[in-house]
Amino acid sequence: MHLLLIHCCTEFKGRCVIINPFVYQLEDISKSYEGKKVLSVDKLDIEKGKIYGIIGPSGAGKSTLLRILNFLEPPSHGNLFFNGMTVTKAGKHVLDMRRKMTMVFQRPILFDTSVYNNVKYGLAARGYAKKDITKLTSNALDEVGLTEFTNRNARSLSGGEAQRIALARAMVLKPEVILLDEPTSNLDPANVAIVEKITKRLHEKQGTTVIMVTHNIFQAQRIAEEILFFFKGKLIERGSTDKIFNNPQDDRTGAFINGEMIY
Amino acid sequence: MVEIWAGLVQATKLIIDLDTELLAIVFLSLKVSIAAVITAALIGIPLGAFLGMRPPVSVRWLEKLINTLMGLPPVVAGLVIYLLLSNKGPLGPMELLFTPMAMITAQTVLAIPIITGLTLVAVRDKHKEIKDTAVTLGASQQMVIWTIIREAKRAIMAAVVAGFGRVVAEVGAVMMVGGNIQGNTRVMTTAIVLETRKGNFQFALGLGIILLIIAFIINSLLYRIQGEVRNN
Repeated sequence: MHLLLIHCCTEFKGRCVIINPFVYQLEDISKSYEGKKVLSVDKLDIEKGKIYGIIGPSGAGKSTLLRILNFLEPPSHGNLFFNGMTVTKAGKHVLDMRRKMTMVFQRPILFDTSVYNNVKYGLAARGYAKKDITKLTSNALDEVGLTEFTNRNARSLSGGEAQRIALARAMVLKPEVILLDEPTSNLDPANVAIVEKITKRLHEKQGTTVIMVTHNIFQAQRIAEEILFFFKGKLIERGSTDKIFNNPQDDRTGAFINGEMIY
Repeated sequence: MVEIWAGLVQATKLIIDLDTELLAIVFLSLKVSIAAVITAALIGIPLGAFLGMRPPVSVRWLEKLINTLMGLPPVVAGLVIYLLLSNKGPLGPMELLFTPMAMITAQTVLAIPIITGLTLVAVRDKHKEIKDTAVTLGASQQMVIWTIIREAKRAIMAAVVAGFGRVVAEVGAVMMVGGNIQGNTRVMTTAIVLETRKGNFQFALGLGIILLIIAFIINSLLYRIQGEVRNN
């Protein structure tokens, strides 16, 4: 009990305040489409400030999990907590929670306007002042190394550039959580490296919780501190990256990371 | 061939001479069709956008109806408006039959399904991909709707152009409810019909060419606006 308190206690104005160490808590969450269950998680806690890699074969429910975490889809069953608060139906309170997180998709959808307008979109949605928007947007473009594209139409960019803009558009919001859904699977190696570097830097500088779904187990190994292995809609195993790669407990995990899984 | 050539010469001559009758006809045509398209856009764009953002299954029947009305024969639209506006009709006391207002009404009825139907498709195309992205960036519901419409703007613009193309070229409805009264409700298409019947092919051809040129100019202008939108 004492240990737990130390773990969950932080100094605030000289007083000890209990804080919730988990950004997400899932209880008995499941998702079905047309009667077919695609995801079923009994219990899953995601700690704040870590980089998670979600791996597993196609159809493992990885993207569905991400969509549930981002409130894009409600679970068919179960409870989802964000920062200790229940996530229910849409409403102002859900919008406020959602604004603490953002997501980058496999195929970046950039709006048909300038790169600048794309990156500032979320800031404008949050009602930032114009001068702050200008400053934050140019900083974000600088972070991804695409300042010279500021006034270009976003639709004229290559795949790698577009994904970097999508990342800038997400990180400019300084989210508590960033959800990445196979962000590099369509990119060339140089852009893969850039995206990984930006993601790590975001985590280091701002303590952002990163949850990345990836097909690429080596990418998970390079980036993640903790791995969640999903198979057929179920969480099979979780653990530190080192443990999962060197000493997996489940045969299926071992088979997957050794590329021996047939699916 | 000789007549086409003579028509071209006649058209050029009429334009250069700024023939008053011709100008009145052209001006009225534009006035009626532009007013009709603006009215139809004000109704059709929000309606199409609303339907395009709903699940396709829930609007299936309405969509079929709109698609059917997109091919509504102008004479049928003319007939319905005629019946509504005629002395014995429910709107008879307004005394609108055989006025430009009646023609605007008929053309609005023709343009609404086109603008609504094409906007619906454009918005539906954008809806899924844009919605998720806007939502994950923290947009409120209103901002999401606005973003989707903005992303579909080019296709919506094309819907308006298509609506204009349909009404400026139609003859059946304006003939029935306007009556082709010289100096009052005579527009390019009804004048072409009349001049052809009179055997005045050169004047008719001249008007036809002017009609084409006007359609071309308006289309070019709209494309230019679209280009500017893109560059901003």
